[in-house]
Amino acid sequence: MESEPISSPSAFQHLMQAPEDPIIGVTTAFSKDPSPVKLNVGVGAYRCEEGKPYVPQVVREAELRLLNDLSRNKEYLPITGNPQFTGLSAKLIFGEDSPALNQKRVCTVQCLSGTGSIRVGAEFLAKHYAHKTVYIPIPTWGNHPTIFTVAGLEVKSYTYYDSNTRGLDYEGLLRDLNAAPSGVVVLLHACAHNPTGVDPTADQWKGIQKLIRGKNMLPFFDCAYQGFASGNLIKDAFSVRLFAGDGGECFVAQSYAKNMGLYGERVGALSMVCGSESVAKRVESQVKLIIRPLYSTPPIHGAAVAATVLGDRELFNEWKADLQGMADRIIHMRQLLHEALKARGTPGDWSHIIKQIGMFSFTGLTKEQVAFITDKFHIYITFDGRVSMAGLSVKTVPYLAEAIHIAVTTVLE
Amino acid sequence: MAYRSRLAFLLSSSTRRLATMEAAGNHGVPSSCRRFSWWSSVQPAPRDPILGVTSAYLADTHPDKVNVGVGAYRNDQGKPVVLECVREAERRIGGQELMEYLPMGGSAKYCELSVGLAYGEDAQVLKDKKVASVQALSGTGAVRLFADFIKRFRPESEAYLPMPTWSNHHNIFRDANVNQHTYRYYLASTRGLDFEGLKEDLKKAPNNSVILLHACAHNPTGVDPTPEQWKALSKLFKEKEHFPLFDMAYQGFASGDTQRDNQAIRIFLEDGHQLACAQSFAKSMGLYGQRIGCLSVVCDDAAQATVVKSQLEYIARPMYSSPPVHGSLLVATILSDSDLKTLWFKEVKDMADRIIGMRTALRKNLEDLGSKQNWEHITNQIGMFCYSGLTPEQVDRMTQEFHIYMTKNGRISMAGVTSGNVKYLANAIHEVTKA
Repeated sequence: MESEPISSPSAFQHLMQAPEDPIIGVTTAFSKDPSPVKLNVGVGAYRCEEGKPYVPQVVREAELRLLNDLSRNKEYLPITGNPQFTGLSAKLIFGEDSPALNQKRVCTVQCLSGTGSIRVGAEFLAKHYAHKTVYIPIPTWGNHPTIFTVAGLEVKSYTYYDSNTRGLDYEGLLRDLNAAPSGVVVLLHACAHNPTGVDPTADQWKGIQKLIRGKNMLPFFDCAYQGFASGNLIKDAFSVRLFAGDGGECFVAQSYAKNMGLYGERVGALSMVCGSESVAKRVESQVKLIIRPLYSTPPIHGAAVAATVLGDRELFNEWKADLQGMADRIIHMRQLLHEALKARGTPGDWSHIIKQIGMFSFTGLTKEQVAFITDKFHIYITFDGRVSMAGLSVKTVPYLAEAIHIAVTTVLE
Repeated sequence: MAYRSRLAFLLSSSTRRLATMEAAGNHGVPSSCRRFSWWSSVQPAPRDPILGVTSAYLADTHPDKVNVGVGAYRNDQGKPVVLECVREAERRIGGQELMEYLPMGGSAKYCELSVGLAYGEDAQVLKDKKVASVQALSGTGAVRLFADFIKRFRPESEAYLPMPTWSNHHNIFRDANVNQHTYRYYLASTRGLDFEGLKEDLKKAPNNSVILLHACAHNPTGVDPTPEQWKALSKLFKEKEHFPLFDMAYQGFASGDTQRDNQAIRIFLEDGHQLACAQSFAKSMGLYGQRIGCLSVVCDDAAQATVVKSQLEYIARPMYSSPPVHGSLLVATILSDSDLKTLWFKEVKDMADRIIGMRTALRKNLEDLGSKQNWEHITNQIGMFCYSGLTPEQVDRMTQEFHIYMTKNGRISMAGVTSGNVKYLANAIHEVTKA
């Protein structure tokens, strides 16, 4: 016998549409734009000179090796992930000769790229750390505050960017962290700060280290651009190795999204550098309890590709050369844009474009100027004026320079 | 450590640190601060009851060891299997994918195919575009997204889980901070469904509770309601205005027929329920480690489905930003190609048939050994698992005396049973239960 269909309203009647993610929303808007001259310098994904997504050749090679290896299967990884991957990943960031690694004080777990690594670390801190507050730089990647908040930590901020110099406000940074309570968590961008591209110098890192260790704060590194910033893997690991090498504790979230072009495969790792081997073991057992109810075990494919590249001498060297190439192209784009603006006599000091490092340039454009540029030129930039230099090419730099010039001279601050 | 001595320890160690800092001249950073750890008080966590079994098995060197612990399919040689349809899909996509970020809700094409499979291609709710769906990290990820969603938007709702259920269900709702309760499900005396107890408990639950249901092949018991029982439950849900959350991890794997294994969902849909479904392709396509699943929610209309999807994406963003691409490409390739889909149907039926064959063989072996116990439940239960009825003490004996590994609740993964080990397994079970 047929029963009457339900007429009661949905359990979710009261929901509102969620706000657009400010970064991903830019690409969504871009994809809807029919203009033939549209340009996406919004989301941070590397593009080659032809403006196409780029998969490094070593990654293709690694993939083919995996495909042809019929002895491979699709069994569950351990909760902590692919052990070959986590071992190699830790070596990559900490260095093969890292005392912390040699003393077995590091617990490394495979996570879902940078986001997933930070989330797992944040959940761990919310559960086990005595101080439930994290200090994040102003500005920072838009998703950082959300991740920490959802995990249950209080989010505070410290001065980082100086809009006058478009560089680091080092004094402001020290002042704010000095004023913060002892023991809090401090989020640090290992290199190629997102969105500003402004990094501390080696001496400034040492000053930050002294402060952090002096106040027994816990450094939490977000390392999404190792190799991508300067082109050199070791150079880009300087800040992390400084802290990991001083005997203290720290967290490090790694992502292979950009530096291996593995974006959508969600490859990353969280390392927790602990006071001793026995602590690291217990920490590992506890972090598994956090991961299990999130997604049980991490995905196999991306980590297998990354481990293949990291673990093969030839592929690894090829990758290093590729990284240098990608970084160099970005540096070249910075130079071209800077020259183009200077040539036009665009008002203002644009030297920050070549001083900043990594994928992004924090141009200093206002929200209104950004909206103007998008509207008139179909160039997509995030509202904070962050331009992905990796999205530019020799052909499109002049177009962007023109747009910036007109925006700056027309749309007054 | 007593309070005073811990304080003394901290004081003395910080004095040492100060002294070292002054002496170090090493930018004031002490060289021996590794004595201090923020995590000293972190206790070793208990082992995961399911995954811990496999690690114990791997560590065992006995030649006759048998792993009937974790629920991953094995062929008759006891080896993991990668399906042919999956190998072919991989060859097709190998070296082709761009690896760009998926949207936060995953691949739209994959989601469409996934819910078509779950609800039936001709489901009216799909035609009316009332279903919000997002790619999730296998079944775990799908359930977790929904639990977080409930916490955010229906925080007053209580969740009810069957007793017993997959142990990780409890972890998920706990970590999502959703109040959880259990409802009676398994009846030990019959090794079957406690239908009366189930109905009573769901009637007693407050209206508008979220009820977790295993769509088919209940884990860990293998005990499923009959179609008539599902229909009766659907009516009960109407009366109580309960919200059904179906966990479907074994579609195709239970009976061998994907459109038979989803009948509970189709019954509820026909009755007009707005339900949610957490799907996994881990077992049915052998994609375990790919972490490929789907969470879908039936809404009032297309507009609301868009809203709900946006909120699910908003939960995914601070968890992992976007889901992994590879598994979604494999599933989408298989489900959108009629030859590959047909091949998959055959392969999943073969897996289901092998398991049904092992159930028959295990029961027959036990009866032939002259066991006085009733082993009907072995063939009455369905899917990957058999809830043997073994007590924890008997399970311990199975492991210690016979090197047979299973979870403490007596759950046997039939997928780990082969024609090579079924006699040995039967003999061991007989030995520990004949007293």
